[in-house]
Parts: sequence; structure tokens; C-alpha cells
Amino acid sequence: MNIVNFTPVSAFVGGSLIGFAVFIFFIFNGRMAGVSNIASNALMQSTDRLDNFLFLFGLILGPIVYSIFNNEIVSNMTSSLVLIIIAGLLVGFGTNIGNGCTSGHGICGISRLSLRSIIATISFIITGVLTVFIFGA
Amino acid sequence: MTKLISLISGLIFGLGLTISGMVNPEKVIGFLNIFREWDPSLIFVMMGAIIIFSPLYFIFKRKSRPIIAQFFVVPSRKDLDKNLIIGASLFGIGWGLVGLCPGPAISVLSFFKTEVYIFAVCMFIGFFIGNIFLTKKS
Repeated sequence: MNIVNFTPVSAFVGGSLIGFAVFIFFIFNGRMAGVSNIASNALMQSTDRLDNFLFLFGLILGPIVYSIFNNEIVSNMTSSLVLIIIAGLLVGFGTNIGNGCTSGHGICGISRLSLRSIIATISFIITGVLTVFIFGA
Repeated sequence: MTKLISLISGLIFGLGLTISGMVNPEKVIGFLNIFREWDPSLIFVMMGAIIIFSPLYFIFKRKSRPIIAQFFVVPSRKDLDKNLIIGASLFGIGWGLVGLCPGPAISVLSFFKTEVYIFAVCMFIGFFIGNIFLTKKS
């Protein structure tokens, strides 16, 4: 194993901002900022629908606001169309029946020391690592 | 007012994803590529977020209600069920295939690339199928 492309400072700064975003959503709106839940509820539930859509809209604005003050944002996705479709379906289905994703379980849930979220996070990291190991990077 | 907070929170979250490089699927795959060339950055993203939110959560959860909304809505389940493990595992496979999880999948819509729109549409179809699956089971 070699360590490559490691950017601990920007990762930690960005992560702290995410933690702050999760905190204000909690302290003002009383809710957990798990993106898969917010996105699926925006689609399928009438409660807080506008709130959920505005949160998603904010997520889209993030890179746009960033690019006003900074250089180009690197974002490369090299997977084939078939893989993109399969992956999208798996991410949607999996996070829905598993009640959360990297933000809901990985950040909000672990912060609350929820056993369910700790187990979920370990599970998706293991299968993610195995998938990359098998299909290559 | 909760609507303004939702927008601001989403925006800060999106900025965080951008600054940390998590809107780059290649970088996320780099984190999952532990056995070859490993980019541990994602651990620092999660640590940064947890170090900020966790103590604040435990300090403020004792308040009787949030500042604007009527009450706190926090998951209360403690049981480990099959859906949790299977769902998380399937999610991990999808995550490893292209390097996108739900947060970044929404943020990257700002780049106007066809692939990311296809991914997002499939993710929403996945949510929908998941709902049908859960309703049928119960």
C-alpha cells in the first residue's frame, strides 16, 4: 500500500464545515442532515418538502459559490454508463432500506454514538473497499 | 425560517464537500483503494465533521426544543436488523463502483455533466424501489 494524493488539511477544513452545517440544521430545525433521507423525503413525502428541496438546492449551490472565489473544481468520473446506472440504483436502494448514507450514518449517527450507524458505516466501507479491489480503480 | 436554515445548511454542507474534494469521485475511489494506492483524506473529512458536531450534539440535545422548529427529530432505533446491514452493504457496492454517495451526487449536479444526472435519476429510482420494498415487507 502506498499513500497518494493525501490532502489532510483541506479534507479536515471541509469536514469541519460539514460538521457545522449538520449542527445548524440540528440546533435550528431539530433534524439530522442525512442527505439520502432528505433527498428521498423530498421526492416521496409531503412533510417538510420545501425544506428538503432547499437543502438539496444549497448542496448544488456549494460548488457554484466556491468557484466564484477559487479555481476550477476537479471532478472526474470515469465509469461506464452501465456501471453508473447500476451504482445509482444500488446507492438509492441501499441507503433507503439501510436508513442512511455517509452523512446520515457516517457523520450524524457516529456523532450520536449510535450503534446502528457505526455498524452501517463499517458495512459500507468494507463493501466499498472490496468493490474497488475487485473492479479496480 | 426553517427554510432559510435548510438552504444555508445545504450551502455550507456543499462548500465543505467541495473544499474537501469529495465532489471528485476519483478521490473517493482513492480512499476505497486501500490495497493499492490509498488516499486517506476521507477519514479526515469524517473526523473534522464528527469533532465539530458530536460535542455540540451532546451539549444541545438536552435542550427541550430546537431554536426554530417545535421539536427535535432524532432516530431512536437501537436494534440491528437485516435491512440496515444489507442496505448499507449494497450502498457500499454502488459507492465503490463510481465514487458517488448521495451528498456529492447532488452537489455535482452543478457541473452540468450528463453522467451525473443519469446517476442522480437512478439514485432517485433506487429510493423509490426501496420504499416499495419496505412497504411490501411491513
